Amino acid sequence: MQAVLARTGQAVLGQLAQLGQLLLLFLDILRQIVTHRPRIRETVEQLYRIGWQSQVVVLITGAFTGMVFAVQTYHQFHKVKMDTAVGPVVSVAMTRELAPVLTALMVAGRVGAAIAAELGTMKVTEQLDALRTMGTSPVNYLAVPRFVALLIALPFLTAEAMAFGIFAGYVVAVHMMGVDEAYFLKHMFEFTDLKDVMSGLVKAVFFAVFIALISCHKGFTAGEGAEGVGRATTQAVVSSSLTVLMANFFIAVLFNAIIPP
Amino acid sequence: MIEVRALHKSFGEAPVLRGVDLTIREGETLVIIGRSGGGKSVLLKHLCGLLKPDSGQVLVDGLDIVPLSEDELVPVRKKFGFLFQGAALFDSLTLYDNVAFPLREERRSEAEIERAVMEMLELVDLAQARDKKPAELSGGMRKRAGLARACVRRPKYLLYDEPTTGLDPIRADNINELILRMRDHLKVTGVAVTHDMTSAYKIADRMAMLHEGRIYAEGTPAEIRESRDRIVYQFIHGIADMKMKQETTHGIATVR
Ligand SMILES: Nc1ncnc2c1ncn2[C@@H]1O[C@H](COP(=O)(O)OP(=O)(O)OP(=O)(O)O)[C@@H](O)[C@H]1O
Ligand SMILES: [Mg+2]
Repeated sequence: MQAVLARTGQAVLGQLAQLGQLLLLFLDILRQIVTHRPRIRETVEQLYRIGWQSQVVVLITGAFTGMVFAVQTYHQFHKVKMDTAVGPVVSVAMTRELAPVLTALMVAGRVGAAIAAELGTMKVTEQLDALRTMGTSPVNYLAVPRFVALLIALPFLTAEAMAFGIFAGYVVAVHMMGVDEAYFLKHMFEFTDLKDVMSGLVKAVFFAVFIALISCHKGFTAGEGAEGVGRATTQAVVSSSLTVLMANFFIAVLFNAIIPP
Repeated sequence: MIEVRALHKSFGEAPVLRGVDLTIREGETLVIIGRSGGGKSVLLKHLCGLLKPDSGQVLVDGLDIVPLSEDELVPVRKKFGFLFQGAALFDSLTLYDNVAFPLREERRSEAEIERAVMEMLELVDLAQARDKKPAELSGGMRKRAGLARACVRRPKYLLYDEPTTGLDPIRADNINELILRMRDHLKVTGVAVTHDMTSAYKIADRMAMLHEGRIYAEGTPAEIRESRDRIVYQFIHGIADMKMKQETTHGIATVR
């Protein structure tokens, strides 16, 4: 019994310590952004790798999610003769929940893993130490460009996923299921607010911060050897995915409290 | 001058340094020997503040660097060049950009950078490989490139972590020559960590042996070589265990 308590206590303390380290990393990143000149070249390169190269994955995810959502909701609404409700349901679901969350999950898998693996490899081959001996902070040279790039890229990727998801849903509903086009569009625009889109994009900003912080932190603290890098990579993906899912719930509750839908 | 006083460092439960006292004099090359995993790299990293000790002092030109923050360490680290055990070149940059990195960080003009980088690359005999990435280089070339990068800011102190390990004898000697050249031409004070005794004797002005977390023996290469102390003797002659060795000799004798 005592052993169980001790172990639980230790696990909780470990988690808290991690949280503290993440917060410190966040503050350091903000400080570096304010006090140091921006690294344009590195940031653009990260924007290309994180943002541009993630587009295909994100667009496919968005499109198929919109399509399957249209098919499923169509069959339900068809039973109660409310076929045109598919439009607003797909668009509200895509903008508020599905696009931000699924985009963040795909990016956490693709980009989070890449960041943790790259920084982790640099850690175990002493490249981070080399940076520090040359008077360059690894946070400034490595974490800041990735953080900024994610912060810019993720809202754009999310917007793309929203647009593609809704468009794909429209194609499926109108052209495959035969929902009336005029009413589909009319209801969709009637029930989808700018508020819905904005809430999705604001979520994306939060998710970008979480993914960047967790992946950089896991990379910077990777253990010894190839094994350490492997573990850091896995943990980066798992932790940032779980954080995205859990944070999504709390942000949704918070939003609904501040601006009632 | 670098002075290390009563340096203690543990990782978790395991103590690695248990009270190291050491002085590195201006202009000399000091070689630290000791067995693998004995904490040589850890000691070297304390000299320029890459690791913080649990207790003790590291005085660089009279300034205790232990309490300094990462930002405050920047001017101190300008005095140092560090050749890492695996060279630690940046994978994503070419050789030229690697050597230019510390100068670019100081925002020097590209013309000045080009001059300094090419001079260093010629010194280590890598001028023709300037556009190669580290992955395309052999181990020896990487070490030489790491040396060029460590020296390009003209540091006062150069720290070498196993500069010759993993190289064939000719290339190893090549590195030794370079280390001597750095000392004589650039007037750097050097600290090298190694368990390659040939290299140690060649480059050392003075040697110190790290054993069980302390400096166990210290002296000129000749003094160390002539030492009758059991532990020093065993280490420099590469004898795993004296008693065992005697037993095996007996064993062989009986079989005959
Ligand atoms: N960052 C670290 N975290 C935890 N333990 C460490 C760390 N760095 C070194 N150690 C441990 O400290 C001990 C000494 O390591 P160190 O690398 O200094 O040995 P070394 O004398 O340089 O050996 P080698 O000749 O093999 O390079 C080892 O047991 C190592 O596992
Ligand atoms: Mg070592």
